[in-house]
Amino acid sequence: MRVTINGSPREVPDGTTVAQAVRILTSATTGVAVAVNDEVVTRGSWDTTALGDSDRVEVLTAVQGG
Amino acid sequence: MDDLIIAGEKFSSRLIMGTGGAPSLEVLDQALAASGTELTTVAMRRLDPSARGSVLDVLRGRGIKVLPNTAGCFTAGEAVLTARLAREALGTNWVKLEVIADERTLLPDPIETFDAAERLVADGFVVLPYIGDDPALARRLEQAGCAAVMPLGAPIGSGLGIRNPHNIELIVEAAGVPVILDAGIGTASDAALAMELGCDAVLLATAVTRAQRPDLMAAAMRGAVQAGRLARQAGRIPRRRYAEASSPMTP
Repeated sequence: MRVTINGSPREVPDGTTVAQAVRILTSATTGVAVAVNDEVVTRGSWDTTALGDSDRVEVLTAVQGG
Repeated sequence: MDDLIIAGEKFSSRLIMGTGGAPSLEVLDQALAASGTELTTVAMRRLDPSARGSVLDVLRGRGIKVLPNTAGCFTAGEAVLTARLAREALGTNWVKLEVIADERTLLPDPIETFDAAERLVADGFVVLPYIGDDPALARRLEQAGCAAVMPLGAPIGSGLGIRNPHNIELIVEAAGVPVILDAGIGTASDAALAMELGCDAVLLATAVTRAQRPDLMAAAMRGAVQAGRLARQAGRIPRRRYAEASSPMTP
């Protein structure tokens, strides 16, 4: 299936979880937050939340600013 | 100097720092150390796998509390989502709420800001909204449950100082929550003036991070905030039109 991770389209296997999507970008699990289709997925749910076709995944962290 | 208290939490420094504009994390680290700050803002952005080092490591190393902001948001909806992501990523329910109206001025949008503030307060956040120097809006945000108000001195990054000291005084007079002068500070005298006007704290970034010597300017800001606070507490003499002799006029 096709999902979007941080704005880039990606082909991922069916059943890919949020945790697996995050690991494509980083091995970090702290200091990182995820939204799928503009809803926050809490860290405790990453392993049990499966992505669906055309989901938009945003993986954010803190950067210099403000 | 007396403590700054925001939402029941004490800070012995009244200088809140931003992290934007620093040429490197090393320069930022030195500037933060020189500033003596205990509370510092960060922005939330898409994770960049190629990025090396993290601003969070710098703050953690200095024992500085992190204050996530919603910089870059143009709508209440974006700001609420960003605040929730920051809470999840950073484990804090504090947020500097920043909803800007346009990229040219970066002025805060009062309607979207108020809408987001109400939603975030209801969701259990400690909300510190960045606003124009508008006493009416400051009062409404306090009534809505915000933990502080953060009026601007001048547009972000402009270094123009405090363009409307009268309005800042009006906000201070009416406020029951801390007033934090945010944005527009260019040099130390601007920060001192903010404190002399009665602000409880000053938030600045660019004035330090883009100074030729960030660590030196950070030390200057630290001293200015302290001096301004003391002067405010001391109570300045009235301004007079003519001289008033301080020595006896008779021989």
